[in-house]
Amino acid sequence: MAEDILKLIQENVIQGRITKDDEGFEEGMSGQPGVTELIEMALAQNINAQDIINNGLTKGMEIVGEKFEAKQYFIPDMLASAQAVGAAMDILEPHLAGTAAKAKGKIIVATVKGDLHDIGKNIVSILLRGAGYTVKDLGNDIDTSTIVEAVREEKPQFLGLSALLISTMANMADVVQALKDAGLRDKVKIIIGGAPVSEEFAKSIGADGYGADGFGAVRVVESLFNADAT
Amino acid sequence: MPREGILVRTPYERITDEQVQQIHHASMEILKDPGLISFNKEAAEIFHGNGADVTKVSSGDNPCWLVRIPEKLVLSAVDSTNKTVKLGARNIENILVMKGDEPRVFFITGSETNTWLDVGFQTYVRKSEPATEIRVPEFHPRRGTVADLCKSAHVCEHLQTVDGYIRTVNIQDKDITEDNKDVNKFFASLNNTTKHVMSGLTSLKQLDNVVRMAELIVGGKEQLKENPIISFITCLVKSPLQFVEDTTDTFIEICRRGLPVVVSSSPQAGTSAPIKEAGIMAQINAEVLAGITLSQMVNKGTPVLYGSVPVRARMDTLGDSYGSVETSQYNIDCVQMARFYKIPNYSTSGVCDAKVPGQQSSIERLFSDLVVTLSGPQFLHCAYGLLDCNAIFCLLQAVLDDAHFQMIKFLLKPAPIGEKEIAETLKQIREVVATPDKMYIRYIRPVMRSGEISSPYPFEGDLTSDNVFAMAYERMNELLAKPVEHIDSATTSKIFQEIPGLLPRLNVYEERR
Repeated sequence: MAEDILKLIQENVIQGRITKDDEGFEEGMSGQPGVTELIEMALAQNINAQDIINNGLTKGMEIVGEKFEAKQYFIPDMLASAQAVGAAMDILEPHLAGTAAKAKGKIIVATVKGDLHDIGKNIVSILLRGAGYTVKDLGNDIDTSTIVEAVREEKPQFLGLSALLISTMANMADVVQALKDAGLRDKVKIIIGGAPVSEEFAKSIGADGYGADGFGAVRVVESLFNADAT
Repeated sequence: MPREGILVRTPYERITDEQVQQIHHASMEILKDPGLISFNKEAAEIFHGNGADVTKVSSGDNPCWLVRIPEKLVLSAVDSTNKTVKLGARNIENILVMKGDEPRVFFITGSETNTWLDVGFQTYVRKSEPATEIRVPEFHPRRGTVADLCKSAHVCEHLQTVDGYIRTVNIQDKDITEDNKDVNKFFASLNNTTKHVMSGLTSLKQLDNVVRMAELIVGGKEQLKENPIISFITCLVKSPLQFVEDTTDTFIEICRRGLPVVVSSSPQAGTSAPIKEAGIMAQINAEVLAGITLSQMVNKGTPVLYGSVPVRARMDTLGDSYGSVETSQYNIDCVQMARFYKIPNYSTSGVCDAKVPGQQSSIERLFSDLVVTLSGPQFLHCAYGLLDCNAIFCLLQAVLDDAHFQMIKFLLKPAPIGEKEIAETLKQIREVVATPDKMYIRYIRPVMRSGEISSPYPFEGDLTSDNVFAMAYERMNELLAKPVEHIDSATTSKIFQEIPGLLPRLNVYEERR
């Protein structure tokens, strides 16, 4: 029974179905339980949250990754699956407290002051949540001081900063400096991204990493996370 | 089910209705005065017998007649033409049905080039950094052969957007003569594509052999009438305003056999036609109508296409400039004139001035392919693979052309906007706006898999370097490796027994033994 429900979670991650109302992309899926309903059912059956993550969500995402590599899946498919995993993690998180299992880490993301563009940041958020991170999204056009305060209060392992405009990318440097001034710089890894920025720019402002796209951002976070864990 | 082509719902019109009328009246004037010179006696007699004013203007070795055609004769002929022309195919799913008043476009190859362009790739190493290599295409021209024609028909059979086949290369093998060229070019084409085959004739003496070959393939005379798998293109009028002796003979005989035929005229603005648009249009329209009139006088109801291959002269050489913008303008005007008479139009696009595939050829052909398609000709002779006007054929270029025709066909798909779509979209917008991400990505997926999203350019590389040629070359070889549905063994055997002059090496069944 547990295996059946974990298999269904896997399949629905592959289909990117969050709720029963989602169509997925195969005929006849609509109306059947999606990932969130299945997670509730699994918890009701006392299936261990770690099991759900390992044998349902992660397995599903692995298959999605394989399909992406094989060019059967495209970025919208990856994002839909990641969104489903993110929604599942929201439900599972309280059940992980007090157990050995926990979300990989917390990351705050924001588009810096003066910049209203948030598509890239949103994609990164979805992918990070799908990869098992807890993401707090501050939004766009965010004051440097608000970001610093969020880092102080939330104590995230990572801070992701986004900008689309040449005129606003300089504000990323301001955030790095403000964190230094507040004595918080060593407490958080900073990753930046966005059309005008580059690896060189990241180094020049003292950021810890640069993601050229959504997947690049996840790779950088994963590598920093793994480096910290060893 | 015949091929669908692509329906242009709101065709682009370059000239106004009033201008169409002005060109029509000017053409009627031209047909009366100065009229046409006919170097073909029979045509002159046919016109005379039907009420045209015919005067012998030269005698001796090169006799000719001045033919003045009254408007009522032209209008009566236009009236008697079939407004729907069916071009058959070996595979009945490839049949083309063209209606003179419906701007449904079919994309067809052609014309006949003398030169075949082989493609090879050389690897170059950067002097300062030997680890850096690039592959550069090299093009090698040579005379076309019947084997090349087979390859070209084979690839065009598999090119998705090609609706019909006009031979792309003149076969110049040592054992090809004027007496066996037609049967071999038709057989090579018909045996390697199941799509419609159109060609010109080199020798009138071969007409009946070619027709008989087609009858053997479809099962008889009546079957060929029902499914005319072959048709002909004739340039019986030489600009300005002259019926050519031999091609007009051929044209008359084709009409007598009732097979579909294109009445084609190819004036060059600046030399064989006036440089101004009004002038070339009035003249080409007169020339095509004169041919159509003759067709109906020979055999009422002969299925004809209004064939237009107008071109502007190059100012530097006075050669053809198919890549010029005016050439597309003239073609669009001709599409409108043909539609005015409700006769299906054979129009031209994609012919370029560039001699090798590259940026110039891409820009010239895509420009004219797009704008002329938008005007809604029925039969668009769109020059897959042609280069250097109509002198060179390159199979790699044909594969590249197919890619941009896929884009053009996608562009012309009907807009999926209706009450159902609006209702679904409003629901979607309300749902997404209420989410924190505010992204529509989830809704892409079913649309992406339903074919509603256009495919990326098939020869897109890593976006940092241009590998289009190498990728298209790979695709070309994939297509050549695909099987072709040849004419069956028994029919092939009958054809080789009955039709003289066929090259034994074209019999794939004998070759396999």
